[in-house]
Amino acid sequence: MMGGSGAESAVMSKWPLHIGCAAGFSGDRTDAAGPVVRTLARLEGRRVLMFETLAERTLALAQLARRADPAAGYEPLLDDMLRPVIADCLTNGIAIVGNFGAANPPGAASHILAMARELGLPAPRVAVVKGDDLSGAEHRGTLAAALGEEVRDLVSANAYVGAEPIAAALDAGAQVVVCGRVADPSLAVGPIVAHYGWAADDWDRLGRATMAGHLLECGAQVTGGYFADPGMKDVAGMHELGFPILEIDSGGDCIVGKAAGTGGVVDARTVKEQLLYEIHDPAAYLTPDVAADISDAEVRETGTHRVALTGVRGHARPETLKVTVCHEGGWQAEGEISYAGPGAEGRARLAADVLRRRLDGLAVRVDLIGAVSLFADDAGELLARTSPRDLRDVRVRVAARHDDRREAQRLAREVLALYTCGPAGGGGVRTSVTPRLETRSCFVPRARVHASWEMAA
Amino acid sequence: MSTAVPLYRLAHARTGDKGDRSNISVIAYRAADFEVLVAQVTEARVAEMFAHRHPASVKRYVLPKLGAMNFVIDGVLDGGVNGSLNLDAHGKSLAFLLLEMPIQLPGGEE
Repeated sequence: MMGGSGAESAVMSKWPLHIGCAAGFSGDRTDAAGPVVRTLARLEGRRVLMFETLAERTLALAQLARRADPAAGYEPLLDDMLRPVIADCLTNGIAIVGNFGAANPPGAASHILAMARELGLPAPRVAVVKGDDLSGAEHRGTLAAALGEEVRDLVSANAYVGAEPIAAALDAGAQVVVCGRVADPSLAVGPIVAHYGWAADDWDRLGRATMAGHLLECGAQVTGGYFADPGMKDVAGMHELGFPILEIDSGGDCIVGKAAGTGGVVDARTVKEQLLYEIHDPAAYLTPDVAADISDAEVRETGTHRVALTGVRGHARPETLKVTVCHEGGWQAEGEISYAGPGAEGRARLAADVLRRRLDGLAVRVDLIGAVSLFADDAGELLARTSPRDLRDVRVRVAARHDDRREAQRLAREVLALYTCGPAGGGGVRTSVTPRLETRSCFVPRARVHASWEMAA
Repeated sequence: MSTAVPLYRLAHARTGDKGDRSNISVIAYRAADFEVLVAQVTEARVAEMFAHRHPASVKRYVLPKLGAMNFVIDGVLDGGVNGSLNLDAHGKSLAFLLLEMPIQLPGGEE
């Protein structure tokens, strides 16, 4: 059913291609994939299910996990994500593509093969994409050149690989493609290119495929998630949001829909918000595959929960690949305590003043949650010009960073001590001291990254 | 005579982040309002809304076919997910700071 003989591919490529998203990040709901797969199973033609589970630091954390245990380092929730749908995908010929390989794609592949065995399924053809990991000694020179300096305390370094190895693996008959770091839209571009057989320099089509992937890659963000604003933008059924399913035609244009029988909404508003999400210059959205151009794109509702995206173009892909480098970055301490009732804001402000004096020498950020917090700056400028308003429920939060764990811990201890040494009625202390990871981006020449794929044994 | 309404009543917005850079889309609810928004939601006025964050730059891209603008604001996240001590290090909430901007509507209409 996948790849296979030339004649079979020619017939398949005339059929529509549908791609559904099962996960938009590693903390996503794990019960949304079921409805997507049930909807895909009823459709004709080629169907693919994609999982996007790698934020910037997820990979660094995965690398730390692998250091502690060489068998670990792939998505810890792989079982929760895949077990509910893998049988239906395999029996219905729905290919699975995901970056849940994280820091250990071969480990994830083994896990998936074991899962299939346990479920009594015939062994699937599982491909592993490699080459994104640049943390080895052999790459230090490349990284140093790209960063302009040596990297100390390196935790991870991963290049954003593109669609080509994914497309090649699917062409060769892979039923599951396990990736580490790839550009998120490439998770869709790979299957699209495999299905339609476009050339690697078909920039306009690749641009369109990339934007289809961009609409899919954040799961419910295009179907009513990260969207509702009661009275302005109402969304029904948020407890059972349907994840997106896109239909992509042979020109690369797409129609956005969602899983059948689910909550949420797909309309011009949701599609526009996701289309522009994390975009900078709309004429040059750079990925390893292409420079996509949405400056002339149009979004048009064509039915209930059906939106067409047209007018997308593409230009030559960049000569370099982006690399995310992660290194250890000391400790972050946070502490909070709440006050309520008459005089609450005055007591909260007093507690903040006391903490500033006790933590003299530490660069502390202060928030008054309920008065001013999310919009404020670390240095305290916005707080300084926010006058008291006699609020009746205020949570003081202080946070600081330090290379030395004991110094960071001082903050936590001082907040806790406010129970007996602070203003009246202070309650609900919570503190945390956590290790920090710092990430930086750099760009390396393509020739330095050897992305490839192979079937897992 | 004109009325001032918050941008919140005329447009919706979404934040994305990459490092210390935030992008905020501003999408008109009604096509008829787009011209007024383009005239008033300028780089300079956006920079003012975020002045306490001392952004390095504000760049606006206009997408007339979408009735939308995209603002790219550099250095506005106190270092972002890496550096910031903010509860909301990603700046996900900042779309709603931008939407507080007062917009003058001509002729007292809403």
